[in-house]
Amino acid sequence: MITHPFTYAAPTTIDEAVKALGRSRDAKVLAGGHSLIPLMKLGLAEPELLVDIGRIASLREIKSEDGAIVVGALATHRSIADSSTIGKALTALAEAAAAVGDLQVRSRGTIGGSLAHADPAADEPAPTLAFDATIRVIGPKGRRDIPAREFFKETFETALGPNEIVVEIRFPAPAGHAGSAYAKFPHPASGFAIVGVAALVAVKSDGTIDRAAIGVTGAAAGPFRATAAERALVGTRGDASAIGAAAAKAAEGVTMLADLTASSEFRKQLVMVHTRRALERALERARG
Amino acid sequence: MAKITVTVNGTEQVMDIEPSLLLVELLREKLRLTGTHVGCDTSQCGACTVLIDGSAVKSCTVLAVQADGAEITTVEGLAKDGELHPIQRAFSAEHALQCGFCTPGLMITAIDLLERKGAPTDADIRHAIKGNLCRCTGYHNIVSAIRSAATEMRGATTPMKVGAEVKR
Amino acid sequence: MTTATPSTYIGARTPRKEDPRLIRGSGVFTDDVTLPGMVYVSLVRSPHAHARIRRIDAAAARKEPGVVTVVTGKDAEATGVLPVFITVPGMNGSKHMPLASDRARYAGDAIAAVVADTHKAAKRAADMVTIDYEPLPVVVDATKALEPGAPILHEELGTNLVFTYPVKGGDIDKAFRDAEATVKLHIVNQRLIPNAMEPRSVVAKFEAGELTVWSSTQIPHFVQLILSVNLGLSQNKVRVIAPEVGGGFGSKLQVYAEELLIAHLAKTLGRPVKWTEDRREAYLATIHGRDLVEDVEVAAKRDGTILGVRIRTVANVGAYLQAFAPGIPTILHAFIIPGAYRIPAFDCEVRGAYTNTTPVDAYRGAGRPEATFAIERAMDRLADEIGMDPAELRRKNFVPPDAFPFTTISGITYDSGDYGPALDRALAMADYKGFEKRRAEAKARGKHRGIGLSSYVEICGLAPSKANSALGVGWGGYESARIRVHPTGAVQVFTGTSPHGQGHETSWAQIAADAIGVSPDDIEVRHGDTFESPGMGVGTFGSRSLAVGGIAVHNAAQKIREKVIQIGAHLLEASPADVVVEGGKVFVKGVPEKAKAFGEISMAAYLASNLPDGMEPGLEATTYYDPPNFTFPFGTHVAEVEVDPETGTIEIIRYSACDDCGRQINPMIVEGQLHGGITQGIGQALYETAVYDANGQLLSGSMMEYHVPTAADVPPFALDHTVTLTKTNPLGVKGIGEAGTIASTPAVVNAVIDALSPLGIKHIDMPLTAEKVWQAIRKAGEARR
Repeated sequence: MITHPFTYAAPTTIDEAVKALGRSRDAKVLAGGHSLIPLMKLGLAEPELLVDIGRIASLREIKSEDGAIVVGALATHRSIADSSTIGKALTALAEAAAAVGDLQVRSRGTIGGSLAHADPAADEPAPTLAFDATIRVIGPKGRRDIPAREFFKETFETALGPNEIVVEIRFPAPAGHAGSAYAKFPHPASGFAIVGVAALVAVKSDGTIDRAAIGVTGAAAGPFRATAAERALVGTRGDASAIGAAAAKAAEGVTMLADLTASSEFRKQLVMVHTRRALERALERARG
Repeated sequence: MAKITVTVNGTEQVMDIEPSLLLVELLREKLRLTGTHVGCDTSQCGACTVLIDGSAVKSCTVLAVQADGAEITTVEGLAKDGELHPIQRAFSAEHALQCGFCTPGLMITAIDLLERKGAPTDADIRHAIKGNLCRCTGYHNIVSAIRSAATEMRGATTPMKVGAEVKR
Repeated sequence: MTTATPSTYIGARTPRKEDPRLIRGSGVFTDDVTLPGMVYVSLVRSPHAHARIRRIDAAAARKEPGVVTVVTGKDAEATGVLPVFITVPGMNGSKHMPLASDRARYAGDAIAAVVADTHKAAKRAADMVTIDYEPLPVVVDATKALEPGAPILHEELGTNLVFTYPVKGGDIDKAFRDAEATVKLHIVNQRLIPNAMEPRSVVAKFEAGELTVWSSTQIPHFVQLILSVNLGLSQNKVRVIAPEVGGGFGSKLQVYAEELLIAHLAKTLGRPVKWTEDRREAYLATIHGRDLVEDVEVAAKRDGTILGVRIRTVANVGAYLQAFAPGIPTILHAFIIPGAYRIPAFDCEVRGAYTNTTPVDAYRGAGRPEATFAIERAMDRLADEIGMDPAELRRKNFVPPDAFPFTTISGITYDSGDYGPALDRALAMADYKGFEKRRAEAKARGKHRGIGLSSYVEICGLAPSKANSALGVGWGGYESARIRVHPTGAVQVFTGTSPHGQGHETSWAQIAADAIGVSPDDIEVRHGDTFESPGMGVGTFGSRSLAVGGIAVHNAAQKIREKVIQIGAHLLEASPADVVVEGGKVFVKGVPEKAKAFGEISMAAYLASNLPDGMEPGLEATTYYDPPNFTFPFGTHVAEVEVDPETGTIEIIRYSACDDCGRQINPMIVEGQLHGGITQGIGQALYETAVYDANGQLLSGSMMEYHVPTAADVPPFALDHTVTLTKTNPLGVKGIGEAGTIASTPAVVNAVIDALSPLGIKHIDMPLTAEKVWQAIRKAGEARR
């Protein structure tokens, strides 16, 4: 039950949506609603105005464009998990989307909503970081593209400005012999990520790794790139010891969260283990 | 107040509603379709699962206004002309329900699964119904029921589609 | 092992009569009941675990649109106190009012009720009620609550000690003097949250002097009785209906504050009133289960013979005593600890303590899972200590089949049992012999694999009324049934049991059908309405329904059968001894072609013009069955698990169980009860725990945090059974509702410890979460370095 009354707008274009947001100091964007509605039910969010962007059909699309795969903000986790385009080129994203919550939540929850909400335990920020995606937003001052690394700030905080709306996420298609994977340790009850690791690797023809990108979610106050681990991996042949050594650095320099399910010590362990597991699968795919 | 039009179990409904009304409240309180249940406040239990345009969703986490223009199927709409849907028959035949509170939501999720994956493995089934909690059955017979409904639906000569196709 | 005698309907996998309405969504649960002019209640609950209530200001709430009234404890004293049905010796009872007026004793204690035209308005206004609290020191841990200087919850008692409950037998000092081996365990049997899928709900209306209450309850007759007594209404003017009830597991085995309050409000406002808890409220204000801390010591010989068991227990009852709470850690726990074993000396003492937490009462198994966990973990520890196979140790100490009836050291008499075959079958199903190969194979993959078992004896069929009385239970343990055969032959069975998933409509029809010779399809079973059922029904809990309520149905049906035979013999001009009742017909043995249809007999009973001399017209029977003893189902469960040492994650690879509940009325339903029970037991072993912080705030306060097992968390279950009929009742039935929960928790924990024992790990507290397992493995690794 939502006890708090609010007004509701359902624009059919992005421009209208941006304008609608400007009508209230306390407006929120509603996409799939699977982050916002639970908060409203608990009384933790009480916006005066809800701008439902769900009627802007163009935001649902998943398409290839200029060497990038463009995922509309309203693409549901389910449509991402089921997309063969994404499955092939952005396997870690497909796997992360498939790991979100449960079937019903995936049917309705959207990638744009998830990224904008910036729950530190959300799945999709990890591949968004690992693939160096760009978040395209439109606001009162027009359009801008925010690199994933600049987009995520602290818990529930992003680089989104006032009344800016996430419209699409542009994932550069990994070049060369690349492979990716997402490995997750879910919260046993909520299904959110205690730790989720998206790993992308590309190998040269001689088998050495020439690119590694690792995005980690759940473990810290915000998603992060495990840069020390990435550096440790590049130039190696990706054998067990190289992967192990890289994975051991995955939590380096990052303050781990602690809660009822996992202490910071355990989270660190999970980051290392899941980094290794994601890397192993990603490499297998890169070599495949 | 907002005016919406929804098709629920094949019947078009035009209604004036508060934007804060949840879809499950619309179904239970306005339309008196009480087969859809509420078991939690945090989108975990799945008792409120209904089909919106053919996809299983938790109707406690959808505003009724968001469903404007949609086709909704609830447990009351599963049987057609008095004939039970294969999933309903299978749930009874396999003793997949005890208290019956979670049952409507589970059957709806199962239909979503089976419409898309005709021959799921037990692991597929268990994964698909993760968002539907049942405290009575230990899931064993629910898995059997979904497996057996899958077999029946594969063998069916007439399509068993419930609700509308997913709008793309 | 004996075999059930053949019967037509008993023993058949009859599809459930309950299903058609439930799969169509047309079953009516309490929250589905909506009445004209109805108002809705939202309760204001204390955010503090312990606080003095200085002032309640409801003026702003009263001004909110749609608000009808706001009621506080002082306004609602007419509800009277909440009942406690069990009094153990020396018990310090608590005064528990539906609305606390001076002091809140747990976070969730209700302080005020807001009544409004809509649920939303009530909820909104509830936020406007301002309460001035003076926070008081808090104690959440039962052991700490019993220490000197602990904050006292009930000042009039001057202590938090609820009771000290000893159960002793044999010479325990000698047992430990003679011991060649001893083991000690400290067990935390953690607090659980029942999580019936249907939240509690109460609807009440008061019209023309008559109170009707719909409630999501397991015991409608007790609710009726207490409403009548507390609200000063003649009992015939109080109707309680338990419509569809969405699971209970003990959590609806109460007369709750809200039942009294909503009924009181309906009576005073003259409008129908509804209250339905949300899940957050359920976590705070519906009873919790378990929460015992136990120190167990076992004395044994090196050959495995047990000499004695000593156990000291502290039970957390929460902030107030609920209806059956005093009986759970005492009667249903202490007496059953000896389990399946011959134990010559026993010394148990249970202390109960009030704490600033949600009240604790019966949760599936209620005392028996705790008892079984204690003894079954101790058996494994002993096996480890003396280097004996855990299955052999159990077999060695089993009460042998020729020892029945057997009186345990705690003083309970098991009428029957044969524990060896169930153990053998379970071990065979689990391929126990081939396990070490699988352990080695898992090790090669970097996984720790373990196997664990538990053998249990459950005490069911609660309860002989005299035993109840001797144990301090303030009510009889019988059950009632009434069968009404209409003139046309339509049969209705009214039962005092109150099912909420157990399928009584089906099983009771099967029982009655066999006795009166008609098909179960032609029998309607009705329940959960005090205006229909016999004068008193006790209800559904403690795996009692079949062994008590089912027998009442059987006995009532036998009475009908007798009368049908008498009338049939009279109409057929034959001797009653020669008359057969079968397939809806009554005929003389060997002459089925000259049969009277069942409907002809019933019509004759009501036409009354041609009945045997002196026979009363009509065809109806009411019985109350009081069991002469408890029943004692038993069995062995075997779990096999794999542990991922890197993440501490546990996977149950295989689960095998062989149970003996005597004759099975409907094997399909028996299996369903086991599946669900086993899953709840697995939940306790691996997943579930209610966690409070030091301030008494429930941290695992929602399904986001509290891990109710999902389909992906549990394996499929392989089930088998033996059939040892109890001699206690004419059907030889024992009960199966809780066996799965009782057996599975120790089996799973024993399997995990077995997996980790090569690392030197002897114990991990439940639930065995990933982090706890990982930490234990890590510490074991450090210790060995």
